[in-house]
Amino acid sequence: MKEIKIRIESLSVSYGTKPAIKNISLNIARNQVTALIGPSGCGKTTFLKTINRLNDFNDKIRISGKVYIDDLDIYSKNVNITELRKKTGMIFQKSNPFPKSIFDNVAYGPRVNGVTNREELYDIVKSCLMKAALWEEVENNLYDSALKLSGGQQQRVCIARALAVNPEILLMDEPASALDPLSTARIEELIMELKKNYTIVIVTHNMQQAARVSDMTAYLYMGELIEFDKTRKIFTNPSKKQTEDYITGRYG
Amino acid sequence: MKKIQIRLKNRNSLIEFIAERFIQIIALTSLAFILGIFYFVFQESFWAFKQINEKTRKEDTRKYYKISDESNMNDYSTEDDELRPEKYPPEKTNNNEYLNTKSDSLKLKPFNTLEEAKNISLHRYSMGQEKPIKFDDLFKPNDVIEGEQVFIWQPISTEPKYNILPLIFGSFKVSAIGILIAFPISIMAALFTIAFAPKWLREIIKPIVEILAGFPTVVIGFFCLTVLSGYFEELFNTQLRLNAFLGGVGLSIVIIPIVYTLIEDSLYIVPKHLSEASLALGANKWQTAYKVLLPAASPGVFAAFLLGFGRAFGETMIALMITGNAAVITLNLFDSVRTMAATIGSEMAEVEYRSIHYGVLFIVGSVLFIITFSLNALAEFIFRKKLIKKFRGY
Amino acid sequence: MLWQNLFSEKNSLKNFEVIELINKFKIFLFVFLFLIILITFGGLLNLIFNNSIALIAYILIVSIIIVIIKKKKTNLFHVITENTFIILTSLSSLVVISFVIYILTYIFIIGSQHITWEFLTSNPTEGLTSGGIFPAIVGTAFLVIIMSIAGIPVGTITAVYITEYAKENSLFSKIVRFSVNSLAGVPPIVFGLFGLGFFIGIVGKQIDNREIISKYNNINTMFLQSDSPFYKDNQANPREVISFFKSLKNDYSFETIEALEGLVLKGEYKNYNLEFYIEYLKERERPKWGQPALIWAALTMALFTLPLVIISVEEAIKAIPPELKEASYSLGATKLQTIIKVVLPGAVNGILTGGILAVSRGAGEVAPILFTGVAMYLPDLPDSLSSQFMELGYHIYVLATQSINVELTKPIQYATTFVLLVLTFTLNFTAIFIRSKTRNKFNRES
Repeated sequence: MKEIKIRIESLSVSYGTKPAIKNISLNIARNQVTALIGPSGCGKTTFLKTINRLNDFNDKIRISGKVYIDDLDIYSKNVNITELRKKTGMIFQKSNPFPKSIFDNVAYGPRVNGVTNREELYDIVKSCLMKAALWEEVENNLYDSALKLSGGQQQRVCIARALAVNPEILLMDEPASALDPLSTARIEELIMELKKNYTIVIVTHNMQQAARVSDMTAYLYMGELIEFDKTRKIFTNPSKKQTEDYITGRYG
Repeated sequence: MKKIQIRLKNRNSLIEFIAERFIQIIALTSLAFILGIFYFVFQESFWAFKQINEKTRKEDTRKYYKISDESNMNDYSTEDDELRPEKYPPEKTNNNEYLNTKSDSLKLKPFNTLEEAKNISLHRYSMGQEKPIKFDDLFKPNDVIEGEQVFIWQPISTEPKYNILPLIFGSFKVSAIGILIAFPISIMAALFTIAFAPKWLREIIKPIVEILAGFPTVVIGFFCLTVLSGYFEELFNTQLRLNAFLGGVGLSIVIIPIVYTLIEDSLYIVPKHLSEASLALGANKWQTAYKVLLPAASPGVFAAFLLGFGRAFGETMIALMITGNAAVITLNLFDSVRTMAATIGSEMAEVEYRSIHYGVLFIVGSVLFIITFSLNALAEFIFRKKLIKKFRGY
Repeated sequence: MLWQNLFSEKNSLKNFEVIELINKFKIFLFVFLFLIILITFGGLLNLIFNNSIALIAYILIVSIIIVIIKKKKTNLFHVITENTFIILTSLSSLVVISFVIYILTYIFIIGSQHITWEFLTSNPTEGLTSGGIFPAIVGTAFLVIIMSIAGIPVGTITAVYITEYAKENSLFSKIVRFSVNSLAGVPPIVFGLFGLGFFIGIVGKQIDNREIISKYNNINTMFLQSDSPFYKDNQANPREVISFFKSLKNDYSFETIEALEGLVLKGEYKNYNLEFYIEYLKERERPKWGQPALIWAALTMALFTLPLVIISVEEAIKAIPPELKEASYSLGATKLQTIIKVVLPGAVNGILTGGILAVSRGAGEVAPILFTGVAMYLPDLPDSLSSQFMELGYHIYVLATQSINVELTKPIQYATTFVLLVLTFTLNFTAIFIRSKTRNKFNRES
């Protein structure tokens, strides 16, 4: 039984009066890939943003329940939010590199946290780009604008950027949805590599991707957790009819 | 087995806090200034109505000490006229003159030294024979010419008259002429740009109009004064070289870019499928423009009209230079007029601080402020509300 | 397969670069074309506008050309209405364009004749009827520089506050938005009133008062010393006081002595007490900050252009895709760091554009400085923030309306206008250039 990294208890989130997440309890294990599947608009992104407290910027958010990372309640008063966010790196649906050079993009995180030594930064950038399987393609034009890269490359820059702050958890919101099949395949390869060292939570509406990549899968529908189990089981022999309907395409 | 460390709010957040406070303070100060202008201009107007006890006391003092020339003294004067920058390259003051005024003013009867010195210090405030005005005075007819009641603005005289109706009328007249000239031209030019002109032509016309928008108004005034006034004098055989019509033309040059840009933008965002539908039904371009485009862009057109008028209403330099600056109320296009802004611009430099005249000029400023502000607010209101309404269906 | 992909990526990049190059030079092409049109049309138009008959002929010729070019329509009604419409609207555009070109050529041609290096660097002489405009240029430059230093940072910070810190949709931000937008339309002369009443009348006066109080405390102390004429009996006559000040050799002795001369004329040996002298001298104090000055004019202009800067920067900040900010936060940056490293660099074009447009308006608007600091003629250049200054726009106004000999000053008027226009246009073009570079800033080419 793998050790639990993120423990979520009775989490409910609503925007003003509209509920987005209803009473979800979930355990996410360390160094595993957990996939969240379900139709669009049922709270998956909100769920991810709750884990790194990116929801805090929205004034109308109401949160109840508890989220523990390594047995620490991340919503308690004496938690340092910027530290928290460093530990939970996020990859967004549409790649969003800064309009800076590739080097500056990846070095942004360390710089913001006080690393100024040029050599140190270079080492960090290099190792992260290698982890993101992008180093060979960009090592000769590190100082070109990141916006000049293709979509798949940009997304990998974003992954390298997130890795540069040394997170323990990676939250990925449909990372390959805007990419062509080739790039998608590369990203999936990357995820399988990364899971050896990081805990990954990936939101996807592409069920085949979830099936390929994840160890555990959770099916969310309209903010509720319908079923959460080993990926193999969910996709071959789901316990709930709702899940089966969704997976076989009868619904959604 | 890594764990997330709990760290209490550390020093970094102190810097954050200070920076946030700093930003807040500066921003709130600038916003306070912006709001403060509203309040302040109104407040200073009250000097026109104020009765200071010293004033009546001063009048007695004046009579007693026969201080006559002091009424010309204002806050910025010194005894040496040479040092007053408003004057021409230095003129020599007649030393004898200087002597005379001073000794006259200090002609003595027995008195308390401190009192005398303090009385002299009252020069700072109005020494004139001005009595504070009442609000009605601004609007009631205050003179009779040829048997008719007239409204006179004549602040510099033995009996100052402060009726602001000629000024309001003046501003209104030139702005009306200006907008009447500018509006048709701009709206048609905008229609041309949108409905007929090929794309490359649009890229030429728009920048040229923007260049016009960038002209300093002094330059426009200068040009009208030197070139156009002579030209119009010949053309229309006018009696007064500087008149309301010339002023209107000058203002229209300022109005055109504003109205043009606004209308053009409003026309541009009308969805193409509307005009395509009209053309497909067999209407020609004129009918499409008249029946479909313009109505769809009507909030923008109204807003442009109001904003153009408002801009002309408050324009100072052009009015100063080419309207002739005579405060009369006539309907003749070719008579001189005087606008509110021009009045403030020309008289404020010479006025005594916090005198009646000062207060009245601030009143004029407040009225100007209210009118332009209302026009702007109205334009914004129409634009927002109607525009949103119109496009909700698309 | 992969290799082919890479190859095609590189090629498309090349084409794109060529297009980018053309786009960059579009501006220069336009300016060049514009100058050519200017010169050819300008001469023609000068003739036309001076002669009404030629004007009418011009309109007729244009109408005929337009009618010939348009295709034939089947319906007569359509023909008449559409063609009339085209003629009217195209004429209107032509009127506007021709007029702009007319003004520009007229001023440029006449004005440039009088421009010499000497003109730009020497002072006006003989009652402004000859000489140069150097002090006006310097004055304008000072005004604009101080105005920018005061206005642009404050405007930027305010815009940052409005977009990043203040709560959206709160009453506060609605009020702010409303006031900033409305204030942008307020006539500049009202700002001048504010400058006069507040900056000069209240702030300046306060500063002066404080200085006067401390200065006269000093004088009082001096008067109480043993070597002062007041020591014996608190009374002295003007002659004694004057010689007392002469012996002191303070930097303000000179003015004080001058002021006391007036008393001498009344009676050299008449005695007054100490309080009298203090009051009398206080009275003759010339205001330093409580009068029109460079600093107050600059602050008034800064306030005038503040809404412009705020709106410009606000729009630039709003154009930044929110995902960039989210990415920054998710990497553990604080709000301040995000603002400094992501928001401000992203909005820098807006800041520059807003700043340059503000500067351009500041150099061109004369109304707010009419009674807050500008002067018609000054023998010296402004040497401190409290001095008055000359200004290009005001110089034009004064020469055009108040010069003693209009004919003599005409060339100077044109030349000054030319200089002012060149200045304004350079600034505006720079702003446009910068703005055109922003368009593709956040574009993802993939």
